[in-house]
Amino acid sequence: MKTHPIFAIAQDEPARRRFLKLMAASAALAGAGCSGPPAETIVPYATMPEQGVPGLPMFYATAFVRNGLAHGVLVESNMGRPTKVEGNPDHPVSAGATDVFAQASILQLWDPDRSQAVFNGEEMATWSAFDAALQARRPRFERDGGAGLAILTGTVTSPTLAAQVATLRERLPNLRWHAWNPLHDDGVAQAAQLAFGRPLDPLYRLDEAKVVLALDADLFGTMPGSLAHARAFTAPRRLGASVDANRLYVLEPTPTLTGAYADARLARAPHEIEVALMRIAARLGVGTDPGRAADTMLDRWEAAVAKALDGARGHALVVAGPTVSPAGRALAYALTAHLNGPLAFIEPVERSPLDHGASIAALADDLRAGRVDTLLILDANPAYDAPADLDFARLLQRVPLSAHLGLYRDETARAAGWHLPMAHCYEAWSDARAHDGTATVVQPLIAPLYGGRSAHEILALLAGADTRNGHALVRATWKGDDAAWRDSLRRGIVADSAAQALATPAARPPASPPVPAAPPLVALFAPDPAVDGGAFANNAWLQELPRPLTSLTWDNAALVGPATAKRLGLVDGAVARLRVDGRTVDAPVLVVAGQAEGVVTLPLGYGRRAAGGVGEGVGFDAYRLRTRTPLPSLTLERTGRTHDLAVRQKEVDMHGRDPVHVRELARERPQQASLYPEQAYTDYKWGMAIDLNACIGCAACTLACQAENNIPVVGKEEVARGRSMHWIRVDRYVAGPRTLFQPVPCMHCEHAPCEEVCPVGATVHDSEGLNVQVYNRCIGTRFCSNNCPYKVRRFNFLQYANQNVESLKALQNPEVTVRRRGVMEKCSYCLQRITRARIEAEKGDRRIRDGEMVTACQAVCPTRAIHFGDLNDPSSDVVAAKASPLDYHLLEELNTRPRTSYTTRVLNPDPELE
Amino acid sequence: MSTPDTRPNADVLRPGWGYASVTDKIAGIVLDDHFGWRWWTAFLVASAGVCALLAAVSWLLVKGVGIWGVDIPVAWGFAIGNFVWWIGIGHAGTFISAVLLLLRQKWRTSINRFAEAMTLFAASIAGLFPVLHLGRPWFFYWLVPYPNVMNVWPQWRSPLVWDFFAIATYLTVSLLFWYVGLIPDLATLRDRAGLHGERKRQIAYGLLALGWRGEARHWARFEWAYLLLAGLATPLVVSVHTIVSLDFAVGNTPGYHSTIFPPYFVAGALFSGFAMVLTLAIPLRHAFGLHDFITQKHLANAAKVLLATCWLVGYGYLAEIFTSFYSGDIYERYMTVNRFTGPYGPVYWAMLACNVLVPQLFWFRRVRHNVPLLFVLSLVINCGMWMERFLIVVTSLHRDFLPSAWGMFYPTRWDWITLFGSIALFVWLFLLFVRFLPLISIAEMRELIRESVKGEG
Amino acid sequence: MAPPFSRSAVLFVKLILLGLLIGIATWIALARWTMTPRNVTYAPVAQPIPFSHKHHVADDGIDCRYCHTSVENSATAGMPSTSVCLSCHSQLFVDSPLLAPLHESARTGKPIHWVRVHDLPDFVYFEHDIHVAKGVACIECHGRVDQMPITWRTASLEMQWCLRCHRDAPNHVRPLNEVLSMAPQKPLTPDEIRQLNRLYHLRDAQALTNCSTCHR
Repeated sequence: MKTHPIFAIAQDEPARRRFLKLMAASAALAGAGCSGPPAETIVPYATMPEQGVPGLPMFYATAFVRNGLAHGVLVESNMGRPTKVEGNPDHPVSAGATDVFAQASILQLWDPDRSQAVFNGEEMATWSAFDAALQARRPRFERDGGAGLAILTGTVTSPTLAAQVATLRERLPNLRWHAWNPLHDDGVAQAAQLAFGRPLDPLYRLDEAKVVLALDADLFGTMPGSLAHARAFTAPRRLGASVDANRLYVLEPTPTLTGAYADARLARAPHEIEVALMRIAARLGVGTDPGRAADTMLDRWEAAVAKALDGARGHALVVAGPTVSPAGRALAYALTAHLNGPLAFIEPVERSPLDHGASIAALADDLRAGRVDTLLILDANPAYDAPADLDFARLLQRVPLSAHLGLYRDETARAAGWHLPMAHCYEAWSDARAHDGTATVVQPLIAPLYGGRSAHEILALLAGADTRNGHALVRATWKGDDAAWRDSLRRGIVADSAAQALATPAARPPASPPVPAAPPLVALFAPDPAVDGGAFANNAWLQELPRPLTSLTWDNAALVGPATAKRLGLVDGAVARLRVDGRTVDAPVLVVAGQAEGVVTLPLGYGRRAAGGVGEGVGFDAYRLRTRTPLPSLTLERTGRTHDLAVRQKEVDMHGRDPVHVRELARERPQQASLYPEQAYTDYKWGMAIDLNACIGCAACTLACQAENNIPVVGKEEVARGRSMHWIRVDRYVAGPRTLFQPVPCMHCEHAPCEEVCPVGATVHDSEGLNVQVYNRCIGTRFCSNNCPYKVRRFNFLQYANQNVESLKALQNPEVTVRRRGVMEKCSYCLQRITRARIEAEKGDRRIRDGEMVTACQAVCPTRAIHFGDLNDPSSDVVAAKASPLDYHLLEELNTRPRTSYTTRVLNPDPELE
Repeated sequence: MSTPDTRPNADVLRPGWGYASVTDKIAGIVLDDHFGWRWWTAFLVASAGVCALLAAVSWLLVKGVGIWGVDIPVAWGFAIGNFVWWIGIGHAGTFISAVLLLLRQKWRTSINRFAEAMTLFAASIAGLFPVLHLGRPWFFYWLVPYPNVMNVWPQWRSPLVWDFFAIATYLTVSLLFWYVGLIPDLATLRDRAGLHGERKRQIAYGLLALGWRGEARHWARFEWAYLLLAGLATPLVVSVHTIVSLDFAVGNTPGYHSTIFPPYFVAGALFSGFAMVLTLAIPLRHAFGLHDFITQKHLANAAKVLLATCWLVGYGYLAEIFTSFYSGDIYERYMTVNRFTGPYGPVYWAMLACNVLVPQLFWFRRVRHNVPLLFVLSLVINCGMWMERFLIVVTSLHRDFLPSAWGMFYPTRWDWITLFGSIALFVWLFLLFVRFLPLISIAEMRELIRESVKGEG
Repeated sequence: MAPPFSRSAVLFVKLILLGLLIGIATWIALARWTMTPRNVTYAPVAQPIPFSHKHHVADDGIDCRYCHTSVENSATAGMPSTSVCLSCHSQLFVDSPLLAPLHESARTGKPIHWVRVHDLPDFVYFEHDIHVAKGVACIECHGRVDQMPITWRTASLEMQWCLRCHRDAPNHVRPLNEVLSMAPQKPLTPDEIRQLNRLYHLRDAQALTNCSTCHR
């Protein structure tokens, strides 16, 4: 399996060595450059396609499906090459924004490590061979109703897939459908079961909420519909307008984006949180009181929260997350109902078995008992992520015919008899639902690069159906005429497919849940903000993305609180031995402020054994400790070894320089005198305002920028050296109990310090006030970076851009120069987009309209924190943003006159808790 | 420290030397091959170092500056530190040969020649670093204003452009000054070689001597040219390092952005330069038995200069610290405190010890006249000055304005190889110089004798 | 003692030095000369099919946009797909051996690989559409293709060549109806130039010579 050089991080040899070795190739290339460019050829179409102008990008509405849930996106296609993902403005969840995963999905599509062939064991095989093997069994299936035939999927919301299984079941009643997704939140269904006697999905209406209490519920991060949540909650606070419109209380064991944004946050261990919930409920007359908290801080907190919730009846929301027991979550439902809060319930959008834990366990039993003779694993990786006690990989060996369909030839692929390359969701027809039930038809943008097929096609194969083509299968699901079909394809959502809120009986408070025991040290398994459950382990963009709350890259680490670390004598990078009932894993430790003491967070998705060149051997595999017992107690001892952690941001203290202004009305800015001549910008005058009240620190902007501007990945060693290339970084400061985020792109200073010192004029101002970097003029003195007080300039210390792997070249944005070794680069305000917009406007003999020119970071931001536009247009959104008295410049005293300004973060703290 | 011409120059030239004997002595060093195993071993070692440097440079060109420890925020590392250090060392040579000439300091005579050679070599090596440290070194000539198909020119507000010119001028003038001074001696060597009937050398030196016949006309013109060049070189002593200092002072980085830099850099330059003069003079006079020419007087004078400049440098340090606190600017203040207590603190204190504390020993006559000790101390000062350059470049950058962007600089093995390689190259060049050219100006020594004779008479 | 060098030897040495001096001088002069913009004619570029603009444009009078379809609305002018060629050549010169590659492509569906005549560096972004929209005539850059039996390049494509127009746009634009015309440009009266400027709202020389106009 070939690995792409630039991302080369492998456990067999130190990344640096591998890196340099591979660099040699590109350097050789660079050398070849001297002999003048080779004659280029132009290759026209043989037959011109119907629509589309060569050279202009096309956008297709489809969905990116992660953990079964649809994420409405528009995928940009340049001459048939998907190159960039934007959110679909019409989609209720994304509303034009995306999360980091959707952004990185484009790299996943082009990942050269993706599975490229059918495998039978270690042998390369063909689709027809597999078809034959399957068909050979069909007579017997027909005979005994598919006994011994089992399907294992991840979370499935696809109506088509569900329908296919249903039809299969009619013919083969004994067919078993199991589901396993390591990140699946079984508690939701269980809680609803307790509260309403049937599984339901909650819909939290944060737009109507005034007081929100989140109990280890990462509303803005890992929960379904996080983008919608973040957008809805931050909406009234944009630009510090009416910050007191709502207040967020967060009680959580480990830092999350939600906790970072909270107006009041307290870190406590899960069992304390559970009890706190009971007490708060009791204060409001729901459930039974387990007795007051010994912890005075917590006690004050509970009192304050109860008061606030009570005061906001009708607009109070209590959200309990995955570590709260189903009973506890049912209690939260009851409490919200009692407060008559904005919480609705819908039929579960998931169509696969709702209790994945039980489901995988049942499958394991069947396998152990040899009751399964044919097992189809569709887009799941149980050999890697199934509960450790099941030892699934070994069980898999027992199945006479097991086949794995997946994007990668991963652990399960190697354990199973057959491996079938899966078509990426941008390569095949399918459909899926968002957390609110909205359905999207997934349409392909490109023929499968590696001959992959979709789950639908495999099931069709199994059914021996005559229609095996994805389009027909999906089309069949969506009744209605072609007009409606085309409309749903165009808009990216199926008209009124959103689930209707159900008239539910008031949730009955469960028989008071047992007060949980309190182990001294508890393990908390959490999805990793970058690789999720491991599915994205081979995605170099995500691996190199600083994790929002730790700035860690290319690794995972056991997160422990300062006191716990002190007690155990652990420091950052110290390797500790984690033991959970007998199983042990060695993991580096990262000490995190805001981590509850007595809780060790173990990010999942690393330590992959078969992920591809990027993901293999990165980090430690927390699944090896994970059984079906929630929150197991663990022990932790020093090994004396250390591990280098590549942390992007080393200093999180503001050192009294408050780069992030908090709740301090910015005074009127006196125009500072300057020796430089004032420049008049008569035509366009571009500027940006970043609203720190809206920013939740999700880092989607960083990735969107990377995708848009062909920003290379440099690898762990280089990041550790301080050479990461991201044009817009999200700075994180820890001020007392608060975490403050600040996205920092190039400020495009009007008095740019970088420009004075460049000896060759490679960085200059243009007549629209952009501080442009001219790569082909740059000789790499790096003086500009030294002189940049914001340190937003990035330098190609080595040949970072990978020009050797075809598929990665195809990924690049044709509108942006790919930088060579030895040149400086930085944020350009998406110059290529400005140019395109201007050309289109000038062709129409008009000016660029406000909102027509959108930067990549602005487009992707789920909370619309980034405003961009023409400062000469008084009616523009950015002018309005900058007009706010809260607007301030970073390092104002240097009088660099930045075009990028910030809106002071205004908080809405609970007076009772100040 | 000057000696009036009326008194015999006993202390700068031991008595008992006549025109012929002096010439024999100095020319002899070059002409009769008694370069023993010591020269050869030194030469081989140096050559090895030069090869290492070549290897490091080739690797650099293949891979890119990424092989060094530089990063963001510390985008300048060893290369620039070495550059400033070498340029500084160069200055003493110019100072001795030009300024002291104009000041009629007779004691310069026997040391100016190799001091100038030192200048030339140091400056050339210094010139290498700014080019090598570029991301795309092959485009360094874009700093030259020349008409081109892109219709673009250098960006004149950048100190790097000024720097380019400063260094270029400095190299040219030093080379001319040195070469012009050599001409009469080359002629002498030519003739001597002729007497020994060594044809090859005769031709080689002959070509270089440009047909010098020692006529009065020649001498007259020579004197003029030499004086003129001295005049030209003198302002350079100040200008070059002033401009080098502007590379930093013009920047806005706390620790760079400081008006004290120009004088402070020049003082530092002389300081390190004279240290290097000692480092070279002491082995030389020992190796070639030049105790009569390079006397205690010379060494003591050099030591006095070191003492003086060390105070200037020390003042520079104080001024920097004072202003950073007096300014009340939190960035400046933090930068200074960070130098004292930050991760590079030990280097800072070591630097202070080498550059300010140790030189105080020169107050004592005994120390000034203890040759081995002088040698050691000169080495200590060289190290100290290198550390100073390192600190200026690195500590200012690694923690500037935004804490979120703070970082560290860790030199890689390539950084070290390049540094020591450059030193090896310097030694290598110097060894060749003493091997093939008179390391003391014969002509000027003759003059010195004439004067001392006159003094006695 | 005899002088080390005979008179002739001295002369010889002097001559060599003189030669060196002259050598350097001429070298500099040459370098400078090669940099001065001038109208060099470049060699015709061999193509898989010896396509003649002369025939198609001058003789047949086919409009540029018939083949270069996207010249008005995209950065790239667009190269004709095989099918476009076939719209005539399915009837004309069908069995001409010269057209073999065309029919080959039609049969296999494999496109024809034309050799680039105008190749800009990858860090330069040239947009056909805006130039056409602003009245920059085809011949301004491509020359009289109607006189080229096999296409060659008439412009150096050096930066200074681009700048020549960008610094003085008003004097390099024509009325829109003449943009595609191959007729040599007749000098415009100052009045006409003023009119065109009003029509096109040309950006000033400062804006048009921003680095960011062509480099990103």
